[in-house]
Amino acid sequence: MAYNSKSPWVIHYDASSCNGCDIEVLAALCPGFDVERFGIINTGNPKHADIFLVTGSVNEQNIKVVQEIYDQMLEPKAVVACGICACSGGVFHDCYNVLGGVDKAIPVDVYVPGCAVRPEAIIDGVVQAIGILDEKAKAMAQQKKGA
Amino acid sequence: MGKATVIPFGPQHPVLPEPLHLDLVVEDEKVLEAIPQIGFVHRGLEKLVETRDYNQFIFIAERICGICAFGHSMGYAETVESLMGVEIPKRAEYLRVIWHELSRVHSHILWLGLAADAFGFESLFMHCWRLRERVLDIFEKTTGGRVIFSVVKVGGVVRDIDAVQFAEIKRVLEGIKDDYRQIMNAFLKDSSVKNRTVGVGHVSHEDALALSMVGPFARASSVNYDVRMLGRGGYAELADFRPILDDQGDCYARCKVRALEVLQSIDIIEEMISRIPEGDISVSVKGSPVAGSEASNVVEQPRGECYYYARGNGTKNLERMRMRTPTSQNLAGMTAALKGCDLADVNNIILTIDPCISCTER
Repeated sequence: MAYNSKSPWVIHYDASSCNGCDIEVLAALCPGFDVERFGIINTGNPKHADIFLVTGSVNEQNIKVVQEIYDQMLEPKAVVACGICACSGGVFHDCYNVLGGVDKAIPVDVYVPGCAVRPEAIIDGVVQAIGILDEKAKAMAQQKKGA
Repeated sequence: MGKATVIPFGPQHPVLPEPLHLDLVVEDEKVLEAIPQIGFVHRGLEKLVETRDYNQFIFIAERICGICAFGHSMGYAETVESLMGVEIPKRAEYLRVIWHELSRVHSHILWLGLAADAFGFESLFMHCWRLRERVLDIFEKTTGGRVIFSVVKVGGVVRDIDAVQFAEIKRVLEGIKDDYRQIMNAFLKDSSVKNRTVGVGHVSHEDALALSMVGPFARASSVNYDVRMLGRGGYAELADFRPILDDQGDCYARCKVRALEVLQSIDIIEEMISRIPEGDISVSVKGSPVAGSEASNVVEQPRGECYYYARGNGTKNLERMRMRTPTSQNLAGMTAALKGCDLADVNNIILTIDPCISCTER
């Protein structure tokens, strides 16, 4: 548990993004930006993931999918909203099928704006999320001691 | 014979960067039927055309899809230009073709990487994406953006590329070509790759025509159609253009068509750069489309033919904007290709049609 922040695994889900942020999330994981050097690995399994990278805004159809992935992740976990659509709905905020940012569905820890979000910004967001992950882990350990 | 079982595939799946849900009806290891369900990325952005004026909508149009962003902004701008009878300068047409073909190079290399990931060849995936970064660097230097450029406007383009930058683009593309040939060899000659792709997900020429498939997916079943050969816009200036075809119709053929198209696009860019005329890059567009006027347009996106339709109503806002995107055409072909395949090949087949769900659902 204590070493979670040394190699956090991320899971990525495209809520209703235009792909722009998704390919930037993948670009951040690939050579060029290469977050794998920090021990960050992209996983497809929510149960293995510590950080949830969501791109795009939520709509009626995918809100349940986002919540389901979040519920399947084990504590401690952090959510990073990548891109302005995930933060607030962005350029699509007044579309009829857009409910708004990801915080309408799940609690968000770090907001990373940008359209499309730059890989440097994603890395910065993930690094902040690692700090939050550590705090959450500490709080959990303390709670366990108290109980 | 076993009992038919339904296996859900997606919307969140490691192989899919985008949400697409499939109900796979399987018996033993064979897929009997694949039933797609879409709607996870629907935003309803065609309706926004009623509240944004035609100049503002270009920013929405390029956010239909982040991979084919430039193609959509170009397609939309061309539609509105023909709606209003605007003729854009020659240099702008050339610049649009150059950026559009660069987008195709980046999109195809991106796709080759994802396809490699789908059959578990992770190092090849990483190599493709590293190569792609060099194309993105060109974008960043010439437009300022990596995936969404905002360089097209109704009436031309916003930014020019100067001779120094052209020389650099040429130099970078030469370097990319060398490295790309190595990657292409791995895709087309490596036996472990061939084992996963040859003969998998076959679509016949007749089926391809009957299902109205478009783009590289159809060209791999020897459908001789590419919008670029119609010579619209800057493509009219090309000395010679022949679509790349293959008659096998399997995953390998689709890999091959896309792999060769990258080299073809690089040749087009080099030809355009060598012949680009001097002059203005935009004309000013005033007024609004006439009420009841209609225009349509087709653009060859990296994934195939994309159709645009616009109708004016006498105000700055358009009355209707409609697109028919390549992947929505190809979904029928995808379910046909999935029928009767092995469960383990599902990833491969889905990836080789190069689905772009956010284009499809908008």
